[in-house]
Amino acid sequence: MKDYNTLIKELAPRKFTALGKLWTGFLIAVLVAALVCYYFQLRDGLIITEMRDYALWGVYISNFVFFVAISLVGSLMTAILRLSGANWSTPLTRISEIIAVAAIIMAGLTIIIDMGRPERILYLFTHGRLQSPIIWDVVVISTYLVISLLLLYYPLLPDFAILKKYFKGKNKLSKWYGKLALNWSGTDSQRQIYNKSIRILSIMIIPVAFGIHTVTAWLFATTYRPGWDSTNFGPYFIAGAFVAGAGAVITIMFILRKSHKLQDYITDGHFDKMGKLLVLLCLLYLYFNVNEYLVPAYKMTVEEGVHLNELFLGQYAALFYLVIVGGLIVPIIVLIFPKGRKPVPVFIMGVIVVLGAWWKRYLIVTPTLLHPFLPIQGVPESWHHYYPSTMEWIITFGTLAGALLIITILVRYVPIIPIHETAEERGITESETTKKP
Amino acid sequence: MKENSNNPRRKFLNTGLKAGLLTAIGAAATKAAIDMDKAYSAEEETVELMTPEGKLIEVPISQVQEMPELKDENYKVREGFPNRKFVMVVDLARCKNAKKCITACNKTHFITGENAWLKVYKMQESKHTAPYWQPTMCMHCDKPPCVKVCPVDATFKRQDGLVLIDNERCIGCRFCMAACPYSTRVFNWEEPKQGEMTEIHLQMEDMGHMGHEMHSPDYAGFPSVKGTVDKCDFCPHMIDQEELPHCVTACPNGVFFFGDAYEDTVTNGDETFRLSKLLEEKSGYRLMENLGTEPNVYYLPPSNRLVDFEEGLENYTEFESVEKPDTSENSEEL
Repeated sequence: MKDYNTLIKELAPRKFTALGKLWTGFLIAVLVAALVCYYFQLRDGLIITEMRDYALWGVYISNFVFFVAISLVGSLMTAILRLSGANWSTPLTRISEIIAVAAIIMAGLTIIIDMGRPERILYLFTHGRLQSPIIWDVVVISTYLVISLLLLYYPLLPDFAILKKYFKGKNKLSKWYGKLALNWSGTDSQRQIYNKSIRILSIMIIPVAFGIHTVTAWLFATTYRPGWDSTNFGPYFIAGAFVAGAGAVITIMFILRKSHKLQDYITDGHFDKMGKLLVLLCLLYLYFNVNEYLVPAYKMTVEEGVHLNELFLGQYAALFYLVIVGGLIVPIIVLIFPKGRKPVPVFIMGVIVVLGAWWKRYLIVTPTLLHPFLPIQGVPESWHHYYPSTMEWIITFGTLAGALLIITILVRYVPIIPIHETAEERGITESETTKKP
Repeated sequence: MKENSNNPRRKFLNTGLKAGLLTAIGAAATKAAIDMDKAYSAEEETVELMTPEGKLIEVPISQVQEMPELKDENYKVREGFPNRKFVMVVDLARCKNAKKCITACNKTHFITGENAWLKVYKMQESKHTAPYWQPTMCMHCDKPPCVKVCPVDATFKRQDGLVLIDNERCIGCRFCMAACPYSTRVFNWEEPKQGEMTEIHLQMEDMGHMGHEMHSPDYAGFPSVKGTVDKCDFCPHMIDQEELPHCVTACPNGVFFFGDAYEDTVTNGDETFRLSKLLEEKSGYRLMENLGTEPNVYYLPPSNRLVDFEEGLENYTEFESVEKPDTSENSEEL
């Protein structure tokens, strides 16, 4: 059994390696390019995108939905699994919360990027009208951000106290960790508050998480548009969000395990379990997809029919099958077999699932808008289609880079595996080795 | 639809329209007028008026009262003209895609983008039914889905039925555009190039308006604001001057009828009808009634057509609804 000091040494944040620096530099470069493009968008208007009066929402909105979806993983891993007593997920809770916080921050920013008059953002608060689903989204997303931040921060308190000691030689770092630890000393009363708060937050975050994605689904489902006008949309989005989130956790835990040599903490068993979880979630999502497409396809009303034809046989067909087969069915088949649940295949499936999830949102947002009730007439030919412009892509990649940068920075300064919880679970206590009278 | 200019009805309509838009005398005034019939003295100068039943009567001038002003000092742009409920009727049997309505609308609202607020759609319900032309503008729904979803109260419904947009409030989220089933809303994707149009400058100077500060929801497109949504506003600036909306007056075929549902009267400038009777006789309907939006634009079916569908084909431009501002045809128009 490892002793306490080795545990801390292995889990304490580390400086960037050369590769880490290169990676961070790359993300910053993408972010700067996106900021330059956003400057042009502010100056010239949304004309720099390929969105027009029919394709009035585009890749910004589908990217927003993707971020909201990914952010749900925080509630899945830290709350749902924790409350159901699945303790194997402890080493993954921090990663999930970090992903959730990064994603929800970028979701908020992405929706501002999509606005025609971003400088009027405060009108949402000064002139907000409660019957608009956008206001519900604003309320519930900001609530989710706060709870997610707290759920990331509270379990960090003992870890920060540990790190304060660990980095004693480095005054500045130690001082910061000390401040962040809020005088954590591990007394019984502190532990009581700590456990209670985390438990309350874990329970609170579940309805709020369902709220954010259900409301996001309602942004579409509350319109009359074929392809969006569906009572299935809330649960369909939630199921899809868990798939995307689980994929994101798998991807990032694989990379961090490699880069930080965490094989002892994130074991093959974790990949096996995440693989099983992903199969379950994919099956669930597949079920909702069947509902979403097959029921209207059976009836083939005119409006739905035009939309579905475009997806099944038309210009979106290739992407549609790639997303359904590649992003859902293939992972289910691969991960059903024990051999498919080794770290590398699970990682590959995780990446595929995340990519599939991103394009899935694109398929939800774009084709519907190009099939309005009245025919598209009297607008330039190019308005009949939508494919994002280069600047639109760069800004979108900028938001993705932004999320990854938040994750990278947090990983740099925060223990990826909860030290305190791991020590407790493994029964390693400070007293055996370091405690002084 | 040729009207003899000596026709007394025509004369009534001219005076009527000048005296007040569709101020076909309200119930009280009519009663007064009918009572006067008895005490009518031959010496007094008279004027011809139409009763709500469509009967022409002569009334002594002394007995005719002016209608109250449309707009008093209490007028609020978000509340609208008091005791009014504006409606439009579009007679599809008369439309041959002359597109004068589009030209007039684009010009008077200074539309410079690619998507006009008023468009004439080429429609055909199914393979074996006849094609027809369908002018489509904002339906000014009584249950407007766009207003329901607006997060900041930028687009609003007034008591007089109008759905308008405050472009100083709009945050440009475009949710209203997604919500509108009639695809009637357009977005200012870039800075509108209205500044180059001299008319808007001259008009704005005339009215003591300069720049965006003076923007009013009562006059959409004057000026348009980058990053915000625009749409047909039913021309409250014309109603205010006791005139008909631009599309109504521009149409050479009398397709558009505009009026007040409370007065139960609509007119295209040449002919005036009882709204209820017209809708009943001609089987009026509204677009996508099943959605429950309750539009204030009614359509009369394209039956017993006065014009050939084919005549409109030469005007049909699938990929254009806004002609560029300086074409000669345009400037002749108004």
